[in-house]
Amino acid sequence: MSATIAEDAPVSPLRLGLDRFAGNRTALVAAALIMLFILAALAAPLIAPHDPADADLFRRLQPPAWQEGGDWAFPLGCDSLGRDMLSRLLYGARVSLMVAALVIGIAAVIGTLAGLAAGYLRGWTDTLISRLVDTLLGFPYLVFAIGLMAMMGPGLHNIVLVLIYKEWVFSCRVVRGETLAAREQDYVEAARALGCGTRHIMLREILPNVLSPVLVVATFRMAYVIIMEASLSFLGLGVQPPTPSWGSMVSDGREHLVDAWWVSTLPGLAILALVLSINLASQGLRDAFDPRLHQA
Amino acid sequence: MSVSRLLERLLQTLPVLLGVSLIVFLMITLTPGDPVEIMLADSRATPEQAAQLRADLGLDRPLPERFLVFLGNALTGDFGISFFHRRPVWDVIAERLPATIELTLAAILLAIAVAIPLGVIAAVKRDTWIDRTLTAVSLFGVSLPGFWFGILLILLFAVQLGIFPVGGRTSFDLEVTRVTGFLVLDSIIAGRADALLAALRHLALPAITLGLPTAALLARVVRSSMAEVLTSDYVLFAEAKGLSHRRVLLRHALKNALIPVVTVAAIETGSLLGGNMIVETVFGWPGLGRLVVESIFARNYPLVQAAVLLYAVTYVMLNFTADLLYTALNPKVRL
Repeated sequence: MSATIAEDAPVSPLRLGLDRFAGNRTALVAAALIMLFILAALAAPLIAPHDPADADLFRRLQPPAWQEGGDWAFPLGCDSLGRDMLSRLLYGARVSLMVAALVIGIAAVIGTLAGLAAGYLRGWTDTLISRLVDTLLGFPYLVFAIGLMAMMGPGLHNIVLVLIYKEWVFSCRVVRGETLAAREQDYVEAARALGCGTRHIMLREILPNVLSPVLVVATFRMAYVIIMEASLSFLGLGVQPPTPSWGSMVSDGREHLVDAWWVSTLPGLAILALVLSINLASQGLRDAFDPRLHQA
Repeated sequence: MSVSRLLERLLQTLPVLLGVSLIVFLMITLTPGDPVEIMLADSRATPEQAAQLRADLGLDRPLPERFLVFLGNALTGDFGISFFHRRPVWDVIAERLPATIELTLAAILLAIAVAIPLGVIAAVKRDTWIDRTLTAVSLFGVSLPGFWFGILLILLFAVQLGIFPVGGRTSFDLEVTRVTGFLVLDSIIAGRADALLAALRHLALPAITLGLPTAALLARVVRSSMAEVLTSDYVLFAEAKGLSHRRVLLRHALKNALIPVVTVAAIETGSLLGGNMIVETVFGWPGLGRLVVESIFARNYPLVQAAVLLYAVTYVMLNFTADLLYTALNPKVRL
């Protein structure tokens, strides 16, 4: 008897989505890779063989261990200041992931709240927020970020701020659209008829229903933010030395393309691997959580 | 589309343009640090001279008034003097603009040329290994960091194989008289095949770096819109009439499938303006993007401000054009 009840119990959309995601092998591998990057970044101080800022000109441009002149104490070789590439890559992962997590996390909260307000309250709130969104969308992303970074000065703190200034727009647009649709639905009507307050309806009724598109948007935007941080750091507008960032590491290696391919190539590969994994995983999430794809 | 509809749409972009100008204005104005101090950093100006300069620049006026002055100046192309070049900002920008436009056009044409055939093949062969491979390749393409891709291309095609030059716009000994500023055009005008070849060889790697990620994105758009069109009734009908597969594909399906592609291509051209800054820096391409990056480090703020505004206005207008094209090409939207 109890077994029958368990079988008939309704499955939550979240559970359904997760099950679908678990059935997607590519997305699972990508998610595992992302976890690996996160673990490596968190554990960087424990697993990095050397101090990432420890320079030694005797090791200048020392090749990776498998090449002639390499040394297994510095498995991925050294950069132009003789710093260990592997340690710098591990610490660089911290910068990339931290910027991405902070920017996406904060931007998603701001964007969701703004989108809820615009979609539910309508009127001048909507006009104001929508105009701001349109204006921010009037800048190519990189131009906006470079322009602001130029004025605010380089640094980790400013990168996060500048990217948030524009990034919230994307979740805001999605949530506004979803809220406009939800507004007309029976459950919201019902809550209104029961006398629930505006705040209750927005946060308790509508919010839970718009969260899964926000999740999907947030993951695929994360890939973009990582490339933005790397691009700004590459131009010298981002994270400042001696903090290693993958973008600035690629830039450091430009001078030595001919005699030391690894200095630019390895951090670039790291960016590609992380961004590609995030893109694959987010595509998996989109497939798993977009109900329109499964109605048929 | 009627003229009134066009005007209405154009009017809708006005608040955006105004908002964009306001943000660009605030970018400089709210920056910590005194622009006058920066301008006079290397000179031995007295406090009186500094005050005089501040008044000349209008920096002692209230903010709203300064914004109006900024807007008026921007409309007449007056962005002040580039303190680094000691010439009007607009002249310096105009000099660099053709190089950037040339590169952007080359990149977008390359992207379209690659994306359409690949997208069509993927759509025709959808759900086969060809489709899956192309989808994977295009996902790879959008995940590539542009600056690194450029460096890889230099490493492979310039350093290792020596097929293309490492950077720059042409060789020293092959300069031609500047007529349009577009080197490819100028070489043709001068009738110099060697100069044209040099210009194209220099253009190749930067255009590929800038264009291929866009091609990846466009190919996905072509694939999905073509896949949709191929299952539509009129295509099935054309096939049923006994028209050849090739004819249906090229004359019937592609024409409609390209509507969203044109729109996305116009918008992407705008995004390439940002990518330019990176690619021009990597390849030492003497365009606006590199000028902006150099100006940032030289603290040449009026130039950065003008360039950012120019980029943003171009972007808004390209989006507007994309919208118009979509309406003009798609009879379903025409009201």
